[in-house]
Amino acid sequence: MDWFDDSALTWAVFVPLAGAVVLALLPAAADRMARVAGVVVTFLALLAGIGMLARFDLHAGRAMQFEVNRPWIETIGTRYHLGVDGIALPLLVLSLLLCFLCSLYSLRFLPEGGSAKAFLALMLVLEAGMNGTFVALDLILFFVFWELVLIPMFFLIAIWGGRQRRYAAIKFLLYTLIGSVVMLLGFLALWYRSAPDPAGRTFDLLALQQVGTGRFGGTFGVLVFAAVGLGFAVKVPVWPFHTWLPDAHTEAPTVGSVLLAGVLLKMGTYGFVRIALPVLPDAARWWAPTIGVLGAIAIIYGSLCCLAQQDLKRLIAFSSVGHMGFVMLGIATLTPVGINAAVFAMVAHGVITGMLFFLVGSVHERYHTREIAEIGGGMATTLPHLAGILTLASIASLGLPGLAGFWGEVLALLAAWNPAAGLPVPLFRTLAVAGGIGTLLTAGYLLWMLKRVNLGEVPERWSGWQFGQGDVMPVEHAAWTPLVLLIVVLGVAPGILLGATNPAVTGWFTDLFT
Amino acid sequence: MRIDFHAILPELVLAGTALLVLVVDLFVERAKVVANYLALAGTIAAGVALASLAPGGTRTTFGGSFVVDDYALLFKALFLGSLLLVLLMSNRYINAGTYYQGEFYFLILSSFVGMLLMPSSRDLLMLFLSLEIVSATGFIAAGFRKGDARSNEGALKFLLIGVLSTAVMLFGMSLVYGFTGSLKLSEIATRLDQVGGEPAMVMAVFLVITGFAFKVSAAPFHFWAPDTYEGSPVPVAAYLSVASKAAGFAGLLQVTFVAFPGYARYWAPAFAVLAALTMLIGNVIALAQTNMVRLLAYSSVAQAGYMLVPFAVGSAPNADRNRAFQAVLVYLLYYGVTNLGAFAVVTLISQRQPANLLSDYDGLGRRSASLGIAMTLFLLSLAGWPPFAGWYAKFVVFQAALSAGQTSVTILAVFMAVMTVVAFFYYLSICGRIWFAQPPQDAPAGAPAASPLTGLAIGLATAGVVVLGILPGLLVQYAPTASLVAIGR
Repeated sequence: MDWFDDSALTWAVFVPLAGAVVLALLPAAADRMARVAGVVVTFLALLAGIGMLARFDLHAGRAMQFEVNRPWIETIGTRYHLGVDGIALPLLVLSLLLCFLCSLYSLRFLPEGGSAKAFLALMLVLEAGMNGTFVALDLILFFVFWELVLIPMFFLIAIWGGRQRRYAAIKFLLYTLIGSVVMLLGFLALWYRSAPDPAGRTFDLLALQQVGTGRFGGTFGVLVFAAVGLGFAVKVPVWPFHTWLPDAHTEAPTVGSVLLAGVLLKMGTYGFVRIALPVLPDAARWWAPTIGVLGAIAIIYGSLCCLAQQDLKRLIAFSSVGHMGFVMLGIATLTPVGINAAVFAMVAHGVITGMLFFLVGSVHERYHTREIAEIGGGMATTLPHLAGILTLASIASLGLPGLAGFWGEVLALLAAWNPAAGLPVPLFRTLAVAGGIGTLLTAGYLLWMLKRVNLGEVPERWSGWQFGQGDVMPVEHAAWTPLVLLIVVLGVAPGILLGATNPAVTGWFTDLFT
Repeated sequence: MRIDFHAILPELVLAGTALLVLVVDLFVERAKVVANYLALAGTIAAGVALASLAPGGTRTTFGGSFVVDDYALLFKALFLGSLLLVLLMSNRYINAGTYYQGEFYFLILSSFVGMLLMPSSRDLLMLFLSLEIVSATGFIAAGFRKGDARSNEGALKFLLIGVLSTAVMLFGMSLVYGFTGSLKLSEIATRLDQVGGEPAMVMAVFLVITGFAFKVSAAPFHFWAPDTYEGSPVPVAAYLSVASKAAGFAGLLQVTFVAFPGYARYWAPAFAVLAALTMLIGNVIALAQTNMVRLLAYSSVAQAGYMLVPFAVGSAPNADRNRAFQAVLVYLLYYGVTNLGAFAVVTLISQRQPANLLSDYDGLGRRSASLGIAMTLFLLSLAGWPPFAGWYAKFVVFQAALSAGQTSVTILAVFMAVMTVVAFFYYLSICGRIWFAQPPQDAPAGAPAASPLTGLAIGLATAGVVVLGILPGLLVQYAPTASLVAIGR
């Protein structure tokens, strides 16, 4: 199986890209064929992910697996270096899975605005960029994949989005671009400092981590962390860089929102865990309190905003701000527990919020509105299955024990109570309390939302309304069942995921921050 | 003095072709387009001649004022490549308009002879001569749409500003000669130390640089560019924005890095200001354009600004200066392919919709998917989005700027980063028009009837943009040797 180990990651990244080219070449009239091709391509890519899960060595610690390392652009010393460990693999598989489910969903549901093949081709380019970001071990390669994501997402929002789509797309693009260009400057600064002799300089992540704290310390490290961190923070988004998110999420088509919330946001937090923390540990310690405070603000602020939302989709969008706040808080503790929590919360949020955006899309398909007040309750009566799944996803999102949302948040709060040595304990304990209040608010707005949407009498205006195709359709079941299963399985047996992340997290971070 | 005819063979072939085109045109009554095919054949022959020089190592003739080294070869390859694309896109465009085809191709070919001479010129006199050959023919080519007042205006502006800056440069050169007693770039470099920081000499250096700054349309010497591009036949605008600009940069590289490296402490900060100003003006004004050619003109001003950034590293140690030097070369190559491609598309579109309005591009993707895709790729490459060629060009400039480790240059790099984001805005707004906007009612249905040769030009440029973006190493491996040789001389 050597051939598989050598090619699995390349496969996961380039099969979608090749698929995008194939789709682009299909005749414009071949609508059905394009949709089936999308499912086939994403499934082929997912196969690589499943194979890697099967062959993944859980006891390898921080060692990279399925590694590929070949020369790419020799003149600047950047290489085609891919690899995954227990931190990257869950995210890669999440991305592969969500893309597959999105293309399944697209068999039946595609927004108006353009041809199916263009939509799916863009989605496949997006997938290639996301997968590449999670497996790149060279800063320039990472940057290329990171940027590759932007344009397809821009077009998905700008062509297939809602009424304010142009505005939302441009806002999304400009925000992320500013972040990523500054991030590139940070990468170049790292490269420049990596060796005094130009011949020895490198963009290789593993090599840069070895260079260690000596060269990247002091003011230099603090500044570079800020530059690199800004790129990641915009993507997460960390409060106060979040303002693009509600617009982009609300205007994006369903599949776009699912991938945006499910995978794209994780690229930012993954960047912190994979690049910023290991390469710049001293600066990370310097910035940790700030990141923690911003994370806690995001938790409280996100939930307060959710309480004020009229639009179901916007509500879910703002809930992402809060949930990503927990991830940032976990990262800011700089402890293995906190970072495990962060990775867990990333995956859980991807599954749960991806699910929620699917549901909101389907609710909109049936009600032709997303205004909570207009829906007005009674969905449990009219569309019982849809309401049931919405309830499950919502209570998972609020962190009910036994479902996936619980572990990431509780571990993050636990870690915040005992942050890494050298961090201000009183501050972090305050943040933990703030996070705790945030979970209460989260429960508040989600349950209130459920009450207003699911429960109560069916309003007068919906009498005689056909609700589109009726309750949950087979294609929706097919797209959602894996997510529902994951929500339950990760909640009941978190060890499945933590067993993969923990060896990698302890391998990477125990020595750095103790 | 023995002349090494092999060394100047590409120039000879091209000059011979130019004359041949003019003569043949006299005797052909109808099929004037034959001039285009002759010119193409001549270009390819010149390319073969150039290739024959590649393995031979460095050649020197005319007493050291004409040198063929890797640096010169790289530039000449760029120029011949541009010429090829310009001729391909001129094919039907010039034939369809009321142009005197023989004269047109004669002018274009002559101008490229000047460009081929430029990177080989290693004394001030040769530099001046080649710059004038490029410019003088360019003035006329820019005014080739005789019936159009805008073309007359653009050409006249180009001429007046061009002549003024030439005069300024010539004055500077005479002062340099007065102080150093030499016209040879390498000798000037060694004698600069004896001159020291003489104010008049510093002024002379700046005067020379100003002359080239006009050629590369750096702000505040850019005023001619939008008007001239708009008035010119589109292939001429393409040639002005790529080849003529590259010739200016070749000259600029030679005077700054080869002749005046000792004065880098004076000119490097000036270039930082020039670069910042050029990026700012180019990008900000481009945001407000409604005419495609004017937008590309301002975009090419902005692109010149990015290319000026590495010059700000001029006073750094040798290794960093080397990197800066290469960054300019790489940028020119990658920008050249991309911009020529964009202009090739504009050439096609303007055959049906000669006003070149941005709204002509509304819904282009639906009318002709292949043109839409090609134009989108070129625009994204100009914006610097990976994995298309432009990203790597911007990357090496950033790398060059940051690796010098000077605070002022680092600030400049950050400024450039902001400017690239601004640029994304207008490039993407065109992509938006191509894909989202409804085509206007009176828009021609379907794709314009592409001349197969123009289609070939677009295809070549598209392939270049994609391949160079994914595997930038293909071309870049030649840059290091090119750079080392030039600096050592």
